[in-house]
Amino acid sequence: MTSETASKPKLRAQRRPADLVFQAVSTIAGFSILITLGLVAFFLIIQSIPAMVGELPGPADNFLDYVIPLAFGTVWAAFLAMLMAVPVSVSIALFITHFAPRKLASAIGFVIDLLAAVPSVVYGLWGMAVVSGFMRPAYEWLAANASWIPLFNGTASGTGRTVFTAAIVLAVMVLPIITALCREVFLQTPTLHEEAALALGATRWEMIRMAVLPFGASGIVSSSILGLGRALGETMAVAMVLSPSVVISFVIISSSNPATIASNIALNFPEAHGISVNALIGSGLVLFVITVLVNTLARVLINRNPRTGGAK
Amino acid sequence: MKFTKLGRVAAIAAAGALLLSSCAANEGGGDNTDDNGGDETTSLSGTLNGVGASSIGAASEAWVAGFQTANDGVTVNYDAQGSGAGREAFVGGGADFAGSDAVLDAGEESALCSADGYPINLPIYISPIAIVFNLDGIDELNMDAATITQIFKGEITNWNDEAIASQNEGVDLPDQAISPVYRSDDSGTSENLADYLHEVAPDDWTEEPSGTWPWDGGEGAQQTSGVVDAVSNNIGTFGYMDASRADGLGTVALQVGDEYVPYSAEAAAAVVDASPIEEGRPDGDLAVQIDRTTTESGVYPAVLVAYAIACSSYEDAAKGELVQEYLTYITSEDGQQVAEDAAGSAPLSPTLRDQITESISQMAG
Repeated sequence: MTSETASKPKLRAQRRPADLVFQAVSTIAGFSILITLGLVAFFLIIQSIPAMVGELPGPADNFLDYVIPLAFGTVWAAFLAMLMAVPVSVSIALFITHFAPRKLASAIGFVIDLLAAVPSVVYGLWGMAVVSGFMRPAYEWLAANASWIPLFNGTASGTGRTVFTAAIVLAVMVLPIITALCREVFLQTPTLHEEAALALGATRWEMIRMAVLPFGASGIVSSSILGLGRALGETMAVAMVLSPSVVISFVIISSSNPATIASNIALNFPEAHGISVNALIGSGLVLFVITVLVNTLARVLINRNPRTGGAK
Repeated sequence: MKFTKLGRVAAIAAAGALLLSSCAANEGGGDNTDDNGGDETTSLSGTLNGVGASSIGAASEAWVAGFQTANDGVTVNYDAQGSGAGREAFVGGGADFAGSDAVLDAGEESALCSADGYPINLPIYISPIAIVFNLDGIDELNMDAATITQIFKGEITNWNDEAIASQNEGVDLPDQAISPVYRSDDSGTSENLADYLHEVAPDDWTEEPSGTWPWDGGEGAQQTSGVVDAVSNNIGTFGYMDASRADGLGTVALQVGDEYVPYSAEAAAAVVDASPIEEGRPDGDLAVQIDRTTTESGVYPAVLVAYAIACSSYEDAAKGELVQEYLTYITSEDGQQVAEDAAGSAPLSPTLRDQITESISQMAG
């Protein structure tokens, strides 16, 4: 009995079938992401080649003329949305984690999460029926009184369906994403850092500035990027709210607004045929590239400022 | 703690997936309202798949319901993916028939047609396009095509402009800026309106007609509902839409010859009668070339005509018989009435219906 056990190699981890199966499943799942992304990129490239080499119908006859205003509109609308959403989201997250009483904080957190569950069509309806009408008098006032600022130098839209209205709707849509992630990050701030700051006589705001924000900086960036991805790709709400044209214009109160890539695809794909389909898919490829660039940028920013490194 | 975090991330991911999936365009699926109570059913059976224009989506739902009630064994699907998609599906053999706002080019072929068959276009749906506006206390205005175009292009910017006033003596036009509203999506309504304005006022509407709006400066709105919303919720707006949706808004009577013709179902059907069939089309193909510049009395030339595109003879004879029966039903007086009730279209005139019936009867089953 004893000799038998001694002759065997000692304590080798047994390869259980469950382990093997689980490893295989998770490996396949991991690779399937890469394969899917690769196939999407492949499809976009193959389908968009005819539009890039051929002549397009309509006012823009080559692909670059066609796609540049769209790419501009996509980035511009998302940028305006982020300008509104990021400060508000960070403030909400700080309020929930550091200022609000516990009960109120969890109630607000719940409502914010609910915002993320509202379908984009509903946001579109809201933007179209409520926000645009609400903002119209403001646009008229700005056109009359503030036209020396280039942003407001145009004829005010008669219906309020401007890029700024679209950006407001987008901001509300990305708000829950950024807030929820920032809240998680701020909760992770080491209590020791916070207490140390307070013990050194910092006010609560100084403590947040010295301990919480540096610690959460990379978290704010990465949550903003997730939100930005959403804003760049949002389709239905923008299609319903925005009055699109083929222009590159920074004016945010007129009815000539640059269209976004995703909304342009949604509006024109149903009736498109022939090379127009290729052009639309080509614009999708450009959106894909923009998204990849944005995500890469975020990676670089986060790596430069690793999670714990901020607090000095 | 870790699990809550994971759970939150998963919840966000799930919510994101939900949101993304809700972005899919609304697809009007014809629902299969099989009515087993119908006692007069035929021996027909099989499945018929159509793809095409969304303009006939509402009418198609009603047609499918009516046809399936009468023919218990038949299932008809109409997928309103758009005219272009419909034509492509038909040519490639993916759909048994197509619905389209524009005719199939002469010489195109379909994998579905038999050796001596060829694609034919049959007008099945006529919809007047109403040019609408929203001004307090004014229900109707007279305009010629040049004025309409100049408003859409932003060259006439105020309702009290001389060009409008001179055509509407006695109407008290307000000092109010005009906000032109157009369809921001690619649509057959835009294309047919553009075609009308381009034919009648080529010096003003200089762009080739297409489904996308060529002018800057107007207000874009998505689909008919978006245009209705933008026009009716703002004062001084000016737009165009399927006439069936124009209730409650002011409408424009178009100048035809020396008179101004308000839209009506009869006037819209009349312009199709007054128009010739495109030259060089094979026997049975009714590709109507709408005569937008007609000066005949009582016709309304801003119409959208949707066609059914089918084979004159199908490779699969059983399929051919089904298509034949279905087209007979939708172009019948009964079928046209159903479409008028469901979608507000203008019924085909008796003259045109006779021509269509003849074409359909020539289809080899």
